[in-house]
Amino acid sequence: MTTTVFNRFLFLKSMRQHWQTAILALRLLNRDWRSGELHVLTLALILTVTATTAVGFFTDRLTRALHQQGSELLAADLAIDSAQPLPPALINHAQQLGLTRANWISWRSVIIANERTQLVEIKAVTARYPLRGALRWQSHVNQSNQSEHIETGGISLAAQHILVEPRLLILLKTSVGNTVKLGRSQFVIAGVLNYEPDRGGNLFAYAPRVLMNEADVAATDLVTPLSRVRHRLLIAGDETAVNAFMTWVKPQLPKNADLLDARTTRPELATAVDRAARFLQLAALVTLLVAGAALALASRRLVERQTDAVAIMRALGAPKQRLIGLFAFRLLWLGLIASGLGCFIGYIAQHGLIWLLADQLLNLSLPAASFKPAFIGFATGLIALAGFALPPLIQLAQVTPLRVLRRDLGTPRSATLFTAFTATAAMMILLLWQAGDLNLAMRVLFGVIGAVIALVLFAGMLILLARFMTRYSSGIWHLGLAGFARRPTAAVLQMTGFGLGILALLLLTVVRVDLLSAWQDSLPVNTPNQFLINIQPQEVAPLREYLATQDINDITLYPMIRGRLIGLAGRVIQPEDFPNERARRLVEREFNLSVASALQTDNQVIKGAWWETPAGLTTPQLSIESGIADTLGIQLGDELRFWVNGREIAAPVTSIRKVQWDSFNVNFFVIASPALLGEEPASFITSFYLPPQRIAMMSDLLAQFPSVTPIDVEAILTQVRRVIERGIHAVEYVLLFTLAAGFVVMIAGIQANLTARRRELAILRTFGAQRQQLLWGLLIEFGSLGLGAGLLAAGFAQFIAYLLAQSVLQLPFAWNAWLWLIGGGGSAIMIGSAGALSSYHLLVRPPLHALRLGE
Amino acid sequence: MNQAVTLLCRAEQLSKVIDAPDGQLTILSKVNLTVAAGEAVAILGASGSGKSTLLGLLAGLDQATSGSIWLDAICLDQCNEDERAAHRSGRVGFVFQSFQLLPTLTALENVSLPLELSGQHRHDARQRALTALNQVGLSARVNHYPRQLSGGEQQRVAIARACAPAPRILFADEPTGNLDAATGSRIIDLLLQLRANLGAALVLVTHDAALAARCDRRLLMTDGQLEPLT
Repeated sequence: MTTTVFNRFLFLKSMRQHWQTAILALRLLNRDWRSGELHVLTLALILTVTATTAVGFFTDRLTRALHQQGSELLAADLAIDSAQPLPPALINHAQQLGLTRANWISWRSVIIANERTQLVEIKAVTARYPLRGALRWQSHVNQSNQSEHIETGGISLAAQHILVEPRLLILLKTSVGNTVKLGRSQFVIAGVLNYEPDRGGNLFAYAPRVLMNEADVAATDLVTPLSRVRHRLLIAGDETAVNAFMTWVKPQLPKNADLLDARTTRPELATAVDRAARFLQLAALVTLLVAGAALALASRRLVERQTDAVAIMRALGAPKQRLIGLFAFRLLWLGLIASGLGCFIGYIAQHGLIWLLADQLLNLSLPAASFKPAFIGFATGLIALAGFALPPLIQLAQVTPLRVLRRDLGTPRSATLFTAFTATAAMMILLLWQAGDLNLAMRVLFGVIGAVIALVLFAGMLILLARFMTRYSSGIWHLGLAGFARRPTAAVLQMTGFGLGILALLLLTVVRVDLLSAWQDSLPVNTPNQFLINIQPQEVAPLREYLATQDINDITLYPMIRGRLIGLAGRVIQPEDFPNERARRLVEREFNLSVASALQTDNQVIKGAWWETPAGLTTPQLSIESGIADTLGIQLGDELRFWVNGREIAAPVTSIRKVQWDSFNVNFFVIASPALLGEEPASFITSFYLPPQRIAMMSDLLAQFPSVTPIDVEAILTQVRRVIERGIHAVEYVLLFTLAAGFVVMIAGIQANLTARRRELAILRTFGAQRQQLLWGLLIEFGSLGLGAGLLAAGFAQFIAYLLAQSVLQLPFAWNAWLWLIGGGGSAIMIGSAGALSSYHLLVRPPLHALRLGE
Repeated sequence: MNQAVTLLCRAEQLSKVIDAPDGQLTILSKVNLTVAAGEAVAILGASGSGKSTLLGLLAGLDQATSGSIWLDAICLDQCNEDERAAHRSGRVGFVFQSFQLLPTLTALENVSLPLELSGQHRHDARQRALTALNQVGLSARVNHYPRQLSGGEQQRVAIARACAPAPRILFADEPTGNLDAATGSRIIDLLLQLRANLGAALVLVTHDAALAARCDRRLLMTDGQLEPLT
């Protein structure tokens, strides 16, 4: 009992001491702020947090908005797709959670009109379809969109009426208002379908679409328990209920049922938006890294300026632990205040990003920002501060009290390795956390560590050179060079800081000019915007001729053969063998296989080799796209077995390809060598660019080739182009923070040895040195620093840009000679003049002031 | 002999007022002073009496609030900072209490740098610096950095630096303030001897009466006022 009370007493006493230390730290922080010692540190921290939070807020809102848009393309927030009718328990649970529901079923059947038959894809929907987004149809063909019916939250289609895809009218030689037969029932064509929200995933369907009421299905007698029918349950409601249903339903899903999340329904935009987000995150990360250098430099200066005060406190009996606590609390206060400010500015800054990217881009109404980015901003500020600034400040507690008597003892020996370790650890945590991508984080981290090591080595060599040159130099050159040689740690830190600052500015140049234009070039003006599928072999030559008459030449027609994957690496496979939903779906459905002799230009073999030799062409083999190989766990050399046109074929995988999907060219997951599928009956597919003003040509083409299915992707292309165009502006906007951080590093670098410089200049002025002489000396000193740091930074900027372009963003890369000129010359001029200008005030003040300050 | 020629330094009605937290603070009030060529003048006074401020003003290291200073026939208050620096170059030597050596330069470089900055050839400047260091007894330590030297040695380097350009006037601000009595005494012997060799005037600020007694004339600074001490 007594021990418990005593322990509680000790605990309370210790808490009280901590509280007192925290309050004292806040008071000292206020004094430090007024003395101007914290300005650079605070500015660097605010910039880091602002950039991180602005991008965080923006991407958070954009991602959520895209999910919303995804819902429109799924016609629901969540859907369950199944080959069997779904158990009532699922529907009941959705009902209990207050979720809105709709269903559709889809199957293939034959429609009859005017004694013609045509295979169609029928979709029978319940009354509330679509739950999200809009279905658009028109009762009169070839009229303006003004007569269009836009159906949201339910469809107003009369009984025994259907909507059809326009090409079906051509194929059946019929028109709206006429009667057609489906199974045992007669239906009236009520209109043509212009847009079906959840058609996206089924874009390449062979058969034209027919849409009808589910209530009319029974009378057709087309759906029996043995029919191959897709059943889909659509769910919508508030986010919490949808999430609750999703969590509940996952383990309950019947075999062969897939859960479709609204988040995964925009594949065509996903790549472009993902790239934009990556660019933005990279820009924020670069800001973070550059600001880190400023934090390190500013902390070092703080240590220099605080050393005397700490020595006095130590001499007066302050325990080391208390001093460490005091510094830690000071940094904590600073971190909280600066991060709070950074979050606030970041919140305001994200509106700029929204204005640049989202508002005009996707017509998205962005949901309100969540608190998550603010939390991330705070944590980023505190982690960066702890990694870069805390170790040098804790090191202050090591100041010997003897310094009170002997000022020549200087500042405490810098714990360089410890600081480097904590800074790297902080950087790694932040990179991993914010990049959300181990690959990207590690590349950036190793790039920066490499740059720092190279800068340190280079600075070391420069110092050795300076030491050598002091023997032969005189006057102001001698003073500048001796300054390098005799303060190696400070000089190395300063040059590394400058180097990182310049590196950031150059990366900004490289990213802005080279990478962004490469990104823009990835979708040139003549990118294919029209796809033609279901081209029969006998139509290949006439179609080519027809297109040639329309000035569309050099098109490639790719054979397409349907095949189901039935065996992998010697074993028979079933959809349920795969835990991954996508893998199950892939195995369940048929692949579009193709045959090719040469590798497409937008494909790159990353493992194995393409069959180019005559021997290769005559050997049965397969090439697989890398994403699908990962999903299905296919390795190079594995034998794949496909069921194609009623027979089994098998061949080994001899290459794995990386495909640039957003090139909008025709591409295939699986390509076979001519020896394997060259003789197989196939339909053909092609893509070409048709200027939007010539779109009328498509009607003529369809009249001549009625079985061909056209797909117009111009709208998608336009949207992707707009993402790129607006994305570039958004990245430039975020890089402004990086630019500011670069300048802060330079200020921190210049201020790093301001005290020593002030005293040196005052002594030289006392002995009659001219202002011009000293100014010239400063220009030489800072200019040489800038030249060295700039050249090295140029090298690294090219290297990093190369890595980013090749590996992360998958874009072509070009070497940029201007970078070296701008890097070396520009930074020599910029740092030289910035250093000289920022030290100029030391030259105009009477020397006596400076001498007294230095004492 | 003409008075203008014999007078090397003259201050008239010199005042220095600075802004302090509780209003303006007068450090010097209408001080008059003349120093003849070759003359040694000691200024005594308690800490904070304004001695060092006066020294700084006489050497042109700071600007007076009012009054005039002539140094070697040039009126300093008519000059800007750069012109004052140019005027000091080669004419004025300065010895500080805290030595004020450049930590990144060796003893030799500390002495030769001001000579080089005044336009002398590097080789000549080094020769002259070596001679000056030899005169202060540091020929064996020319390549040592300030941190490797004792307080007395550092002050000897500072004296060598002050005397190397053969100035017409030397200003010394408590040159023995950071040294023990025995070292201080040797430093003063050295300073006075070199001054005599150069024929330069000396203005010495100190609070040591014994040291002041070795000068030609002594003045007492009390609350910003200067008066002769008999």
